[in-house]
Amino acid sequence: MATEILMPALSPTMEEGTLAKWLVKEGDTVSSGDIMAEIETDKATMEFEAVDEGIVGKILIAEGTEGVKVNEVIAILVEEGEDVPTAGAAPAAAPAEAAPATAPAEPIAAAPAAPVGDVTPDWDADVETKPTTVREALRDAMAEEMRSDEDVFLMGEEVAEYQGAYKISQGLLDEFGAKRVIDTPITEHGFAGIATGAAFGGLKPIVEFMTFNFAMQAIDHIINSAAKTLYMSGGQMGAPMVFRGANGAAARVGAQHSQCYAAWYMQVPGLKVVMPYSAADAKGLLKTAIRDPNPVIFLENEIMYGKSFDVPVMDDFTIPFGKAKIERSGDDVTIVSFGIGMTYALAAAEKLAEEGINAEVINLRSLRPMDTATILNSVRKTNRCVTVEEGWPQGSVGGYISGVIMQEAFDYLDAPVITLTGKDVPMPYAANLEKHALLTVDEVIEACKKVTYR
Amino acid sequence: MPPKKAAAKPNVSAEELLGHYREMLLIRRFEEKAGQLYGMGLIGGFCHLYIGQEAVVVGLEAAAEEGDKRVTSYRDHGHMLACGMDPKGIMAELTGREGGFSKGKGGSMHMFSKEKHFYGGHGIVAAQVPLGAGLAFSDKYKGNDRVTFTYFGDGAANQGQVYETYNMAQLWDLPVVFVIENNGYAMGTSVVRSTKSPSLWERGAAYGIKGEEVDGMSVLAVKEAGERAVAHCRSGKGPYILEVKTYRYRGHSMSDPAKYRTRDEVQKMRDERDPIEQIRDMLLTGKHATEDDLKAIDKEIKATVNEAAEFSKESPEPALEELWTDIYAEVEA
Repeated sequence: MATEILMPALSPTMEEGTLAKWLVKEGDTVSSGDIMAEIETDKATMEFEAVDEGIVGKILIAEGTEGVKVNEVIAILVEEGEDVPTAGAAPAAAPAEAAPATAPAEPIAAAPAAPVGDVTPDWDADVETKPTTVREALRDAMAEEMRSDEDVFLMGEEVAEYQGAYKISQGLLDEFGAKRVIDTPITEHGFAGIATGAAFGGLKPIVEFMTFNFAMQAIDHIINSAAKTLYMSGGQMGAPMVFRGANGAAARVGAQHSQCYAAWYMQVPGLKVVMPYSAADAKGLLKTAIRDPNPVIFLENEIMYGKSFDVPVMDDFTIPFGKAKIERSGDDVTIVSFGIGMTYALAAAEKLAEEGINAEVINLRSLRPMDTATILNSVRKTNRCVTVEEGWPQGSVGGYISGVIMQEAFDYLDAPVITLTGKDVPMPYAANLEKHALLTVDEVIEACKKVTYR
Repeated sequence: MPPKKAAAKPNVSAEELLGHYREMLLIRRFEEKAGQLYGMGLIGGFCHLYIGQEAVVVGLEAAAEEGDKRVTSYRDHGHMLACGMDPKGIMAELTGREGGFSKGKGGSMHMFSKEKHFYGGHGIVAAQVPLGAGLAFSDKYKGNDRVTFTYFGDGAANQGQVYETYNMAQLWDLPVVFVIENNGYAMGTSVVRSTKSPSLWERGAAYGIKGEEVDGMSVLAVKEAGERAVAHCRSGKGPYILEVKTYRYRGHSMSDPAKYRTRDEVQKMRDERDPIEQIRDMLLTGKHATEDDLKAIDKEIKATVNEAAEFSKESPEPALEELWTDIYAEVEA
């Protein structure tokens, strides 16, 4: 049977090319792998190999011809004793037509569904609470989940024998042993990859980065390996794991140890991103993170580790992702923040109240999925919004929130949204400069006055 | 250590030789067809063919047992065929269709099969190395004796994460076989142009990892070395390195004009070292099979490949709703 040789596409973008030279002539016998012709693409001259065996029955495009379209018949191979069919036989089927390019309508984010403005309290009023530090709450969350699920383990630098660089994993080695509380060498890229592979293999790793600054060495595995595999595998396998550690500025540790990564990770489909403020947030969200079948970025803050908050005394206290918390109700202005940013937001609200401005303060807790419903409900009531975070301004979390408000509640706004962030500079070391590089409570107060025209 | 000679050993059965022949030929024919479909515009983007390297995966799969895992780079078609994934599903993934292993969302470089313990298909050079060690970690953690084959190229062997992984794999005795598929070229850069320590397996010695160099054009030599490596890992002694000297006949990807080597170099390999021809000769000279027997196998494989190609054209493009699926796994209530 005759075989048509078609002008091949030799690069992802090639539509036509020049048939520079034939290396076979009519009557030649070719077999798989023989070079038949040289073809010039937009990038290079390529050799074109035969795939089928046969005799060159007819060359249809002369060498030197320019602008030969991909899939045009350039020659015909025949078997021995076979006649050459008439030139111009029907070309092979063209690639399937692309489907009409109207993707299904989709909300702004493809993030996992967030509950719609759920403002129920995290625990019932009659539940006993106990003052607990953020540090203890994180440890307790890991210990409880490790007790209930053998597949959960903790890996990172100094997590075991040293008891944690920031003492988050204190006592875990004693209780769970070296099999499940694993000291790694200082090798973030490598152990993030190994942990991701372990998650593919069915385990539920908790990876502690001493700080998220060092996770930049590992970000390829966090994003390319952990976040994208479920999609790339058509849903067959993913990475149920938690990447956690201190994030953002601590105190006087300079530019390379003082960066907030909230906005970076929040951008990535396939990741979930949370940032607790209180000890109750830390405990409830970390337990949820460990159980979640997706990779979760859990952003802590060194300054908050020692702060104490009421945590409910319950057998199994969890906080769902995508549920913001209204920490303080008010009618005059909405302040949206998360993590350590909440300390500025709440202090400002306190002072503003003394001046007769009642701010509603929203603690986002999870950034992806984000509870935009609670933000929008509040803005529709107060008509004004100020966002507060320590990260940089361009591409900030507040910038995203501001965009959502503009698209969903434009008509409710009585003033432009103000997005307060850390300053657009690497973190300086000098004490006075560092203080200025971060936020101040006064800046929050000033912004709230500006949007309320006071 | 010089490459081990592929001796036509009397203890290799006809059945085994025929099995290797069939499996390698399937990869060769499948890849030729993929190249053809790429030329027709049915396969897009990057497409890295495995032609010439068939003995590596076929030999190592012959040393594997049920439940062993494998992970590799973007040059992954051969690995998938060798571990038993359906050619139809692979070809349909190449054409970006619903019937592909990733429903058309992964493409040539990103395919997976939980059923066959194939963990991808990774596009970032060397990223699969710690991932493979992590898979081995999961088996050790669970207390079984499964082994993970972690394949990477001579190019990947210069990435830092390989050595981070060697260090931890040996430290923790992880049951992982590191298979360096040294085909001589990292895209267009030959090994000697990228390192002054060209014996790649020997770098494992810095971490205390045992290894050896293997003739990757001989499926029997690969299988034999694979068995040594697997026995080492399965017995709890930690990782093992195989540097398999192989050769790719085609360019790095479909759009590689391959000007960094001579035509003669490629032809010489094809004429003198071809892994499929070697087995073919053994089958014929050892009178294990006749020309007609082999022709029948060729025909059968051609039919399998044509069937896969037909399926890959007929399978519909994924529904547009698929754009929004598989981003997150659902949280169990």
